[in-house]
Amino acid sequence: MAKLGIKTRALLKSPWVFHVATGSCNNCDIEILDVLTPRFDVERFGILLAPSIRHADVLLITGAGSRKSMERVMRLYEMAPKPCLVVCIGECAMSRGIFMPSYNMPKPIDHYLPVDAYIPGCPPKPEAIIAGIVKLIEKKKGGK
Amino acid sequence: MTREELVSDLKERFKSDIIDFYDRSPTRIYIEIKPESLVKVASYIFKDLKARFNIASALDAKTHIEILYHFTLEYLRVLVSLRVKLNRDRPKIDSLAPVFKGANWIEREMNELLGIDFTGHPNLKRLLLPESWPEGVYPLRADYKEWDKNAVRDRGV
Amino acid sequence: MARSVIPIGPYHPLQEEPEYFKLTVDGEKVVDIEVNIGYNHRGIEKISELKSFDQVTFVIERICGICSTSHPYAYTRAVEDIAQVEVPERAKYIRTIIAEGERIHSHLLWLGLAGHFLGYNTIYMWVWKLREEILDVMEILSGNRNHYAMFKPGGVRRDLNPDDFPLVLKKIDSIVPTLDRLKKAILDDPVLHARLKGIGILTKEDALDYSALGPTARASGVAKDVRKDVSYGAYDQIDWDMIVTENGDVFDKVVVRVLETYESIKIVKECLKNLPPGEIDCRIKDIPPGEGIGTHEAPRGETFHYVRSDGTNRPVRHKVRAPTFMNLPTCHSTVIGCDIADATIILASIDPCYCCTERMTVVTPDGKQLYTGKDLVRLSQEKTKKLKRML
Repeated sequence: MAKLGIKTRALLKSPWVFHVATGSCNNCDIEILDVLTPRFDVERFGILLAPSIRHADVLLITGAGSRKSMERVMRLYEMAPKPCLVVCIGECAMSRGIFMPSYNMPKPIDHYLPVDAYIPGCPPKPEAIIAGIVKLIEKKKGGK
Repeated sequence: MTREELVSDLKERFKSDIIDFYDRSPTRIYIEIKPESLVKVASYIFKDLKARFNIASALDAKTHIEILYHFTLEYLRVLVSLRVKLNRDRPKIDSLAPVFKGANWIEREMNELLGIDFTGHPNLKRLLLPESWPEGVYPLRADYKEWDKNAVRDRGV
Repeated sequence: MARSVIPIGPYHPLQEEPEYFKLTVDGEKVVDIEVNIGYNHRGIEKISELKSFDQVTFVIERICGICSTSHPYAYTRAVEDIAQVEVPERAKYIRTIIAEGERIHSHLLWLGLAGHFLGYNTIYMWVWKLREEILDVMEILSGNRNHYAMFKPGGVRRDLNPDDFPLVLKKIDSIVPTLDRLKKAILDDPVLHARLKGIGILTKEDALDYSALGPTARASGVAKDVRKDVSYGAYDQIDWDMIVTENGDVFDKVVVRVLETYESIKIVKECLKNLPPGEIDCRIKDIPPGEGIGTHEAPRGETFHYVRSDGTNRPVRHKVRAPTFMNLPTCHSTVIGCDIADATIILASIDPCYCCTERMTVVTPDGKQLYTGKDLVRLSQEKTKKLKRML
């Protein structure tokens, strides 16, 4: 098993997430916020919303990648301190879903950025989001 | 004013402007008017009849471009739609933004998505499309073709 | 294990270079505002032309996640307008139940976010916890927390199971005591009165000129509500009140939304108790050529759909107009002249799709950037603290 660097170990212990919406219907965004509210409450596991991209360990992307917003997301990704994991939440972020023929949505998110995890659903339930983040953390701890 | 009075009032007052009057159902009236008369008729309906402006919907009907302006008269439970037909090559009409502020954004949207020019609009710049979108390409037109060579139009997975 | 960092915004500080709302300030007052939208433009009207009438319902549900039902409701009414058919009674009641359930969850969501902007994070957490009960109710009734997929042209897609109704009614009744406590806390709090009264006033003349809709207009004395003005659904068979206030400021907008939540609870309970038996779908065979218009009162205002058909099984043109499109330009008259610390709450009071409000910058008249969206939320929360100390 590969030895994890100190940066990755710190990231996995208490990941700070930064959320970007790139042309979504906001349902996935609301479910992400739901995950932080008292019923599901992931703050007790140390998962917090980062106040700015420069403190982010994980980038959560929702939405189908509209042209205007992807220009900004690429800039954000460059500013994020590496290693930064990228998670695509929802069908729109995975492959644009029903918005595939849209003239304002040219490519799926993983044609712009390297993605580490996909959480499917429209929208994924909060339980699915938590399961996805946990799977990602375990995968990274396993040294891949 | 009753619904019958509304119908006869509009038919009488704008006799020379109306091309077609379609009283479709108790709650729907569709009036086709000449493009030059738009400001006159719309101002009357909005200001004097105290209607609420719903929205304007434009479409490319292949032989011409058509705009429908929808107004609701709640006290009569009727929705009046004004139809204007424009030349497809250079669609141009007077702007309603000086008459009521609710028309400002929808005219900007119709301008960038269908290429209709609104004379007298205070600020006809892009509303929805990004700066990188090419000029002269109108997505809602029937002959719109994909211009982006990098676009992926299958699932991409 | 949990750190004690206080999240400044549980929502997306996308302000690295946002030019979403650009406010120009002179001293402490806002002198100009520029609004840039288009980040969520998905070209749905063009996609509708590729899908059949039934499939379009699924596409447009995903226009907005918060008021997801309002678009299928208006769209199916537009298609039924083309075909000139009448939906069966049971379908009307089921549609009303789903639409009002959505209104409750949407207003609670807004209340939580407004509480956050003002620095009342307890309200935010409480209200969102309350909202989970409503989402449970919607999941029991329709199968999903959002995007219910209950509508189709001609009726509803699935029936409701009466065995679920006792649990549903129990859950709805369980939120009323907390809602009562919240209502009292919000409407009687002197700090909120000082903070929100007289702020961001939208006059009745402006509301009519911009054709503003929904609670934004009803708070300014414009007594218009599609549920009262048009005969559809079960609304004309149930006794409920339209909430209208006169002052047009942010406080009135809060009052309108809180009281509307009570009316929606009333409507849902009545509909569940009096659900008539019968068909749920009138089985439209073809859509004849023609055009139709459908409207519905979404939580934010009137949704308007126009559909034109040429006799085939696809729409030729589908125009969608969400209520925020008419409400957002009103910020030109409400925000200009206000304090910077109030800008966030005034913009939030029109209840735009929430990811719109955090992208704000503030610039001086010569273009230098002063504050970001996160700073504006912080300024708003600090102003509330200052008022608390004074009172």
